[in-house]
Amino acid sequence: MTAPPTTRPTPVLAAVDVTKHFAVRAGVGSRAVVRAVEGATLDLHRGRVVALVGESGSGKTTLARLLAGFYAPTSGEIALEGAPVRQRRGRVERGYHKDVQLIFQDPFGSLNPLHRVRHNLERPLRLHHGVRDRAELDRRVGELLERVALTPADQFADKFPHELSGGQRQRVVIARALAVEPKVLLGDEPISMLDVSIRLEMLNLLDRLRTEDGLALLYITHDIASARYLCDDVVVMYAGEMIEGGPKEQVIADPLHPYTRLLVESSPDPARGARDREALFDAGADDLGEPPSLIDPPPGCRFHPRCPFAKDVCRTQAPPRTDVGEGRWTRCWLHATDPTATSQETE
Amino acid sequence: MSTVRLSLLRGWKVRTGLAVLGFFVLLALAGPLLTAAVPGLDPRANDLAAIGLPPGPGHWLGTTQFGQDVLAQTVEGARGSLFVGFLSAAIGTGLAILVGLPAGYFGGRTDAWLNFLSNLFIVMPVLPLILIVAGYMQGTGLWVIALVIGFFGWSGGARTIRAQAMSVSNRDFVAAMRTLGEPHHRLLFHEVLPHLTGWIAAMFLHGVIGGVMAEAGLAFLGISDSSAISWGTMIQAAQQQSAVLRGMWWWFVPPGLCIALVATAATLVNFGVDELANPKLRTARRSVVRRAERTTAPDTAPDTAGSDAR
Repeated sequence: MTAPPTTRPTPVLAAVDVTKHFAVRAGVGSRAVVRAVEGATLDLHRGRVVALVGESGSGKTTLARLLAGFYAPTSGEIALEGAPVRQRRGRVERGYHKDVQLIFQDPFGSLNPLHRVRHNLERPLRLHHGVRDRAELDRRVGELLERVALTPADQFADKFPHELSGGQRQRVVIARALAVEPKVLLGDEPISMLDVSIRLEMLNLLDRLRTEDGLALLYITHDIASARYLCDDVVVMYAGEMIEGGPKEQVIADPLHPYTRLLVESSPDPARGARDREALFDAGADDLGEPPSLIDPPPGCRFHPRCPFAKDVCRTQAPPRTDVGEGRWTRCWLHATDPTATSQETE
Repeated sequence: MSTVRLSLLRGWKVRTGLAVLGFFVLLALAGPLLTAAVPGLDPRANDLAAIGLPPGPGHWLGTTQFGQDVLAQTVEGARGSLFVGFLSAAIGTGLAILVGLPAGYFGGRTDAWLNFLSNLFIVMPVLPLILIVAGYMQGTGLWVIALVIGFFGWSGGARTIRAQAMSVSNRDFVAAMRTLGEPHHRLLFHEVLPHLTGWIAAMFLHGVIGGVMAEAGLAFLGISDSSAISWGTMIQAAQQQSAVLRGMWWWFVPPGLCIALVATAATLVNFGVDELANPKLRTARRSVVRRAERTTAPDTAPDTAGSDAR
């Protein structure tokens, strides 16, 4: 919504070339490695919303959990205001949670059914702000509930999660995150489990938090339309890798990477004919295949088995990150100089 | 959370169970005073004029082969049996939580070690071990019996708790509270443990039944304090004197019935505790539904509320 500033300050939260591998048991005695996220680089700035889009299993949630300090990256570094974050015995220090909060996808799962709304909001106040006084706690709980438009606040404070609707629960979850007064809010598909009728309300709430409090927001979604509505920048992930990024209008209106194009085209748009997509990619939607296994990803560009424009080089070498100006970049041989063949210039 | 406690007392099963359990607990606490105060109700006195008498006016529940009053012995036995039952259940459940909860929550190496420990106790032949230990410590009384039963009886419960803790720990709300910066002990005891209340209560009540039975069983095998009186020692004495063959049913039926009653009462209480673990179960009770029916207009059919109550 605002134009990207020319010189950027230090990001509040940054992932620098972050990789996360999980060891899994593939059978008796044999182990395999799931390459959930590889070489992810992401900057979050104050008052800006970055959308992370991609299909299920592309590593979005893993990246969010890495940023939230759930587990340490296999390689690479996460930096909070320029300072690298250290993990001790699988946990980040409590101070980190003071600055970075995560909103989970499922509002039905992320509230303990045995605790009242009040408990969920009082814990962060006690933990991070040392509020002990009963009256002060009540006042701040009321304030938080009013901020997420759960009024009358004193009534909602004593409700159990099962007495609330999905939208109300998600607001409690957001209020809980806000109680910490974080600098960064990571939303892991915060609206995908909500009823369509209250999604816009939720997006507006997030937008308000960004403009009023100057929160840095990471908005993870697979829904291009909501990303376009809320965000400033878009980053696209495919099979654990980031493949394209840039200001949202350019990325969505004129995608560089074939996968982004496919993703944008697959979101319903009343202005588009039913057959346009097939014409564009010269194939039916069903012929475009499945995302690859992250245990044994394809060599070269991970998208090449599904890519209608795949060349020889795509099958053998991973494309480098190519900056194409205006803060946009992509990882695709269509936009990089081919080292093997005679250079094929596109755009 | 006073509403929770109130709603626990509302079902008839829980009330019946608690009433019966309460009766026996009272009996255990006040019984010895009672038998001492009433003449002719001494559980240890041998009335040589009344040997093996059936229930009658002098001795309401008859007398044993040794001329002891069965009623007095049953009252006295409640203390021994319930003491062993509750103490062994408390020890067993406590150990099960201490081992199972961290195993399920932390996983990894902690889990491997703790799980190894409980597996070890599972495969140990418990009864022979109890026999050996209890036999070795003979004459030391009901305390030792209770300790031994509790110490050898936690392993299955630890596995149950571990499995449940593992499943609860992987749920989003634990991760969410962790992201909030909650320390491990808060997560363990305030987020995970309350979800296991039902399991733990069931385990404890089961442990009480098991403890009472195990004590009776050990006494039946002759491993008990010879001077202590419990329902188990009564049944053992009856068996030794061939009460079944002689048709002296009044000797072994009262203690047997008491054991069965305590077990039933514990099970009934357990039903109510299940509702504690799951708040959704407490929403629609008959009294609530009735209140709802009264407040809603008579033309709106209360069908939905009625079916919810079931």
